[in-house]
Amino acid sequence: MRQQLDYLKESPSQTAGPYVHIGLAPGAAGFDIYKQELGWDIAGPNADGERIRVEGTVIDGMGSPIKDVLLEAWQANSRGIYAHPEHPGEVEDGFRGWGRVITDFETGEWAFETIKPGPIQDGGGVMAPHISLWIVARGINIGLNTRLYFEDESEANSRDPVINLIEWERRRQTLLARRSTRDGKIVYRFDIKLQGEDETVFFDI
Amino acid sequence: MKQGPYYQRDRQWQPPALTRDYKTSVSRSPQYSMISLETTVSEATGPVFGHNDIDPLDRDLLSNYAKPGESPIGERIILHGRVLDENARPVSNTLVEIWQANAGGRYRHKKDTYLAPIDPNFGGCGRTLTDENGCYSFRTVKPGAYPWRNWVNSWRPAHIHISVFGEAFAQRLITQCYFEGDPLIAKCPIVSTIPDPEAIEQLIARLDMNATIPLDTIAYKLDIVLRGRRSTLFENRPEGN
Ligand SMILES: [Fe+3]
Repeated sequence: MRQQLDYLKESPSQTAGPYVHIGLAPGAAGFDIYKQELGWDIAGPNADGERIRVEGTVIDGMGSPIKDVLLEAWQANSRGIYAHPEHPGEVEDGFRGWGRVITDFETGEWAFETIKPGPIQDGGGVMAPHISLWIVARGINIGLNTRLYFEDESEANSRDPVINLIEWERRRQTLLARRSTRDGKIVYRFDIKLQGEDETVFFDI
Repeated sequence: MKQGPYYQRDRQWQPPALTRDYKTSVSRSPQYSMISLETTVSEATGPVFGHNDIDPLDRDLLSNYAKPGESPIGERIILHGRVLDENARPVSNTLVEIWQANAGGRYRHKKDTYLAPIDPNFGGCGRTLTDENGCYSFRTVKPGAYPWRNWVNSWRPAHIHISVFGEAFAQRLITQCYFEGDPLIAKCPIVSTIPDPEAIEQLIARLDMNATIPLDTIAYKLDIVLRGRRSTLFENRPEGN
């Protein structure tokens, strides 16, 4: 008898389409249905660390901001701990580390407020502070994964094992969020380019 | 046994980024190769949801937006199934979110201008957590087909959009559920982004007479499979290498 491998196959992905808001952010589609929408508060009120705003756009191959994107963010707290049972360590009460934002229908701008994550222990090494991002939209057949790193962490970034997987040093720049201050608030700018010379690095995770 | 990295995603099974017949993908598909990454803790973890996050009514689209005593127009259906991983293990307590057009093919969305009417009793979204066996179920109406601008005469087969989290950010998935016997499936350029016909079959819900409620609601079954994970039988690599 021929031996069988009885693994299942992952369900194939399909685009989130132009109406993703109905399911994942119905308020933005124009109606209220749930008592609470999920993903608007990433860090919660009790999180330690530096409060930051992260903002940007997602730019298509024509150089235009995409106006129907949904992004999800996943991050550790300021001590590098993920709110997940497999990750040892405690997070602050109310810290989930996950958020979901959509782009503005007119401008294509997205933004979220959170705290800056700390460096993360992985195996024997340390990863520089980063936020994992997942991007879906009409025209994107399978969600795109990238990472946002912080430009002011150049020391940690230079040792980061994931950044160092990217052979072309110039492309590493596409993962760096630019820091500035606006009205006393710390703002990081992260524009994601889907195509072109400065195409953002995406990961097959 | 210790849990190891997630199995590599099968990129010959999943749709590629660039699929010319689905025109919007042309300017929205990255052109450089992705950087392949072995699972780190950032991908092996992901958000956890609980019963406080959602309401039990959220999974009943027949009533979650309807006025008291009324219900949406259309064929009443149950959509149910299991969420499993590639090792055929149930994925329990994971968030499943769905959205869809109404029975006429119209979405409740400010950007949808199709001439089919909005149904005052239908919102079009639902969410639930899988139970300990990975089972989920929704009550809704069967969505209608709708036209869209791709070719001049393009129609989406009836479909329900599905979002699933799994236990890790590496398992995050959005897909669509189609219905057995729909002749539009074979003509749809979005369906055809999936290269393997067998993979397409995996998204077609089957009529499930056993789950149908007589004189009330007809049932369709769709199992969803998320990426599986290696068990570390032997530790080949010392920590830190
Ligand atoms: Fe749709």
